Amino acid sequence: MSELSLQLGIVVGYLVVALGVGLVAYRLTSNVAEDYYLADRSIGTLVLLFTTFATLLSAFTFFAGPNIAYAQGPEWILVMGVMDGILFAILWYLIGYKQWLVGRRQGYVTLSEMLGDRFGSTGLRGLVAAISLFWLFPYVMLQQMGAGEALAGLTGGALPYWAGAALITAFMILYVVIAGMRGVAWTDTIQGLFMLSVTWIALAWVLGAVGGPAAATDALGSTNPEFLALGSEFYTPAYIISTAVVIAFGVTMFPQINQRFFVAGSDRVLKRSFALWPVLVLLLFVPTFLLGTWAAGLGIDVPAGENVLPVLLSEYTPVWFAALVIAGALAAMMSSSDSMLLSGSSYFIRDLYRPFVDPTLSEAREAWLARGGVAIFATASFLASLSRPGTLIEVGSTAFGGFAQLTLPVLVALYWRGTTRNGILAGIAGSQLLYLAHVFVPTVPVDIAGSTVPLFARTYAGWDVALAGMTLGALLTVSVSALTSPTADEDDSRLVVSAD
Amino acid sequence: MTGRLRSLLWVVTACVLVVLSVPWFLWGDARTAAGVPIWLWWHIGWMVLASLVFSLFARTDWDRYMGVGDV
Repeated sequence: MSELSLQLGIVVGYLVVALGVGLVAYRLTSNVAEDYYLADRSIGTLVLLFTTFATLLSAFTFFAGPNIAYAQGPEWILVMGVMDGILFAILWYLIGYKQWLVGRRQGYVTLSEMLGDRFGSTGLRGLVAAISLFWLFPYVMLQQMGAGEALAGLTGGALPYWAGAALITAFMILYVVIAGMRGVAWTDTIQGLFMLSVTWIALAWVLGAVGGPAAATDALGSTNPEFLALGSEFYTPAYIISTAVVIAFGVTMFPQINQRFFVAGSDRVLKRSFALWPVLVLLLFVPTFLLGTWAAGLGIDVPAGENVLPVLLSEYTPVWFAALVIAGALAAMMSSSDSMLLSGSSYFIRDLYRPFVDPTLSEAREAWLARGGVAIFATASFLASLSRPGTLIEVGSTAFGGFAQLTLPVLVALYWRGTTRNGILAGIAGSQLLYLAHVFVPTVPVDIAGSTVPLFARTYAGWDVALAGMTLGALLTVSVSALTSPTADEDDSRLVVSAD
Repeated sequence: MTGRLRSLLWVVTACVLVVLSVPWFLWGDARTAAGVPIWLWWHIGWMVLASLVFSLFARTDWDRYMGVGDV
């Protein structure tokens, strides 16, 4: 068997297994919206943990992350640890558990639905859904770009970029359309376990070939001694803190993550996932990022436009194993995309289409319309992905910053009954406008007191402007709420979960 | 222990967990042990500790601050 057919056989074999799982899940799914989106709020610990985990990762774990470690050293492990292991776990409790309690009581399926109901405002509901879809679009697109690049790289260009992206898009649509949340959650679990295993096998394989971690680190010490010291000009404290905080807060408002907060079968499931979270983050990111770092000392040369991990693996492991890792990376990208598409479609149908276009939409028809929405959204982002704007990291971090603007107003609303509709609207709109201006307005240098300050830059003195937007959002929500009174159709008891 | 003190302890614990998950006191330190930088060993140990603290919180005061149950 030729190398190419072996590689493609492994990747396609994976896709077929995932489709099989989706089909089984479909047979267990009633065609009602709550089941299609939320698997009837019946997800168990292992599945919830891995489905959230797999959707967090995308192409970052295998490609972008190790590339940064290869170029700048392994400190990203710390960023991931603070961000995903600790901050996200705390937000998982503060926002996730609260939303789960409220959702179980009131039957909410989306964040925007919850806020719209609490503040008696269809406009707010639509606004939150529209903002979420706006930042979701580039992120789905990036997964398609990543998949296209990975397949082109794997086949040495035999499968062109557009064909790889199209193939994955078609498969994603097919998959989400037939399976819904239950199917997505099940494949996420398989993919999460698969990724973890493949990563550790890869680490053992490479370390076995080079004589263990001490030998690999010695080699690194002679080529890039600065990588071993904590911190660098790239990894400044401002960079580490900004990145960790913005992404952790952004992640909680990602539709596919936020919707996970409604799906747990019981609070025991949420508790166990919460406690296991830091260890799971360690298990995945320590080996992948260390491999990227060690590659720098092993004299691995990464051609422009390629990723370090596949190059390292093809140097030290057999062809079939390298293909298996690509399949794992594709799995991560697909599960991200599947979940995003599913959540995106529920935001669109429930929070934009039904309230603003057709309020009489039936449950059964809604489930079918959601499938159409998925196909349209994925096709549109696929077409946009053909232009390949920016790098994965650039556009990805922009999207995280956009979502992070929503987090603090939502947190205030969840815990402070004095929050008013005007307050949360001001907080959400104000922070989005500040952030959007910095993303889309070109940088203007201005003179202030004799020194030149770049206005509308993405960072000020190394600090991400998204942090300023988040602070503004919280301040506006609290101060405007304090200055205004609730209207008659706001119901401050909706988000209260006093004893049953 | 009063409820207020207990809450304060959880808040302080959470802050310490966040702040020290990056070993700032080892900034610039390049020493390694068993082929891995010691600042990374600190982080690994810290994440395991965080997991234990989280599981303790989940077993004790998880519902206390959500207004459910009778903790």
